[in-house]
Amino acid sequence: MVLPFVYAVASSFKPPTEFFLFPPPFFPINPVFDNYKDLSVVLSNMWVPFERYVFNSTVIAAITSVVYLFIAAMSAFPLAKHDFPGKKVFLSVITLALMFTPAITGIPQYVVMTQLGLIDNMWGVILPALSSTLGVYLCINYLEIIPDTILESARIDGANEIRVWWSIIMPNIKPSLFTMLIFEFQAIWMSSGGNVLYSEQYKTLPAALGQVATAGIARAGVGSAASVIMMIPPLVIFIISQTIVIDTMTHSGIKG
Amino acid sequence: MINSKHKYSLAHRIKSSWVSYLMLIPFFSLVLFFIVIPVSAAIVLSFTDFNMVEFPKWVGWLNYQRLFIEDQTFLIALKNTLFFALVNGPISYIFAFIMAWIINEMPRKFRVFMTVVFYAPSISGNIYFIWTYLFNGDQYGIANSFLMNMNIIKEPIQWLTDAKYNMTIVILIQIWLSLGVGFLSFIAGLQSIDISQYEAGIIDGIKNRFQRLWYITIPNMKSMLLFGAVIQIAGALSVGDVTQALTGGYTSMNYSTMTIINYITDYATQRYEMGYASAIGVVLFILVVVCKKSLFRLFRS
Repeated sequence: MVLPFVYAVASSFKPPTEFFLFPPPFFPINPVFDNYKDLSVVLSNMWVPFERYVFNSTVIAAITSVVYLFIAAMSAFPLAKHDFPGKKVFLSVITLALMFTPAITGIPQYVVMTQLGLIDNMWGVILPALSSTLGVYLCINYLEIIPDTILESARIDGANEIRVWWSIIMPNIKPSLFTMLIFEFQAIWMSSGGNVLYSEQYKTLPAALGQVATAGIARAGVGSAASVIMMIPPLVIFIISQTIVIDTMTHSGIKG
Repeated sequence: MINSKHKYSLAHRIKSSWVSYLMLIPFFSLVLFFIVIPVSAAIVLSFTDFNMVEFPKWVGWLNYQRLFIEDQTFLIALKNTLFFALVNGPISYIFAFIMAWIINEMPRKFRVFMTVVFYAPSISGNIYFIWTYLFNGDQYGIANSFLMNMNIIKEPIQWLTDAKYNMTIVILIQIWLSLGVGFLSFIAGLQSIDISQYEAGIIDGIKNRFQRLWYITIPNMKSMLLFGAVIQIAGALSVGDVTQALTGGYTSMNYSTMTIINYITDYATQRYEMGYASAIGVVLFILVVVCKKSLFRLFRS
């Protein structure tokens, strides 16, 4: 399973000559840091300071993931546990939109974004990402596991629906919230914002590293180094989230 | 307030559900702007001739007629996409569930490590160029050099361009890529099952893990299983990035790995026939609706 992943890390430590050996070694024979040094040289010669890309990506990813968790969980609750007119329509929109294909809706979406003044602006990357229905759908399905009885007892105690959501639902759906966080963070972190952000100072890390890691075996080492750097934040988020999920949920489950 | 059934009038029910609507507003206003409006616009465009320069010209059903009656290439794309859905979907779904189950039965420390191992593909997934090194067509490709060293093959195989192999390779890679999402949601589902249910199960005479899996675990996480199935089908029908990056998608030999998504990209970004591209998109959309409907029916039983 991890083989290609390990191969990327291994390749990032290979000197250029080892890419032309036969048979090609899987692991580097003489591991070197040259690729990372080269990468930092390339990056420091860029027109916009490298920190700027890191900053842009971090701000975009942080806002998107946090806001998404709240609005997604908030809309999943009534969809899973309330009964109101039009519920079926909302639910169908959610499941159908999972199949949203950018190739088709790209042009109309671009027009909408121009009208809203979202072009060449970080909100043009954030807002469409917040409309992802994957997390909401995950949350709705997860909420079905939660028994209604725990909600009823809170309602009898006089809690209103917002309160039920915040103090009963939210703590009980932690595993799905962290799973959502992983999906959303990863998607937004990897998105280059290529068709929205034109000014160099607004561009994201994947856009910058993408310029470095253009294919071709001569740059395979530097390309691998760039990919390894890109993979670190999602990996860290993933490990932290999974540890929390497993810590809080093991042997507790949801009491009905 | 919450379970207002049909004894009240519709207006009354809408009025009394205002809290529910309030909670939907933030998310669904975004959905309206970025999904509903663009998708509706695409449906309208599918009845027009639109080259992105001139104003769209209404042509009625002409795009659809051309698609189903004249266009032979579309049938290849349709066939490839369905092939992905039928082969890829079930395999990666079952595999993800089995792995999630096995890992969930493991001791805690090992479990975190194993989830990382299993989720790694999803994290490194976008880095397609790693695959081109592994399956490079010359002797420097890892797969070729390994097989040549073992004396299994004499000549390097053109894994990604030969129509005999490229579909198999792409399917392998796609299975590998698509495991992560299903796997993680199964893990979340497995962890939410109340332990007392298992204790009750022991009293009811459940003897081994397989009985426990069949009588307690699976019925309890039915909704997560449905979620996994929908995601897998959605993923399989929208395969396009992988084929584009590795085998060229619409430029692959005899269209051997071209999917509907690749076909849409071709018309939208190369030929600037947005009306026709939209019509293909609408057909894909209908395909999804049909698949979704049959999945829901399957899980309800």
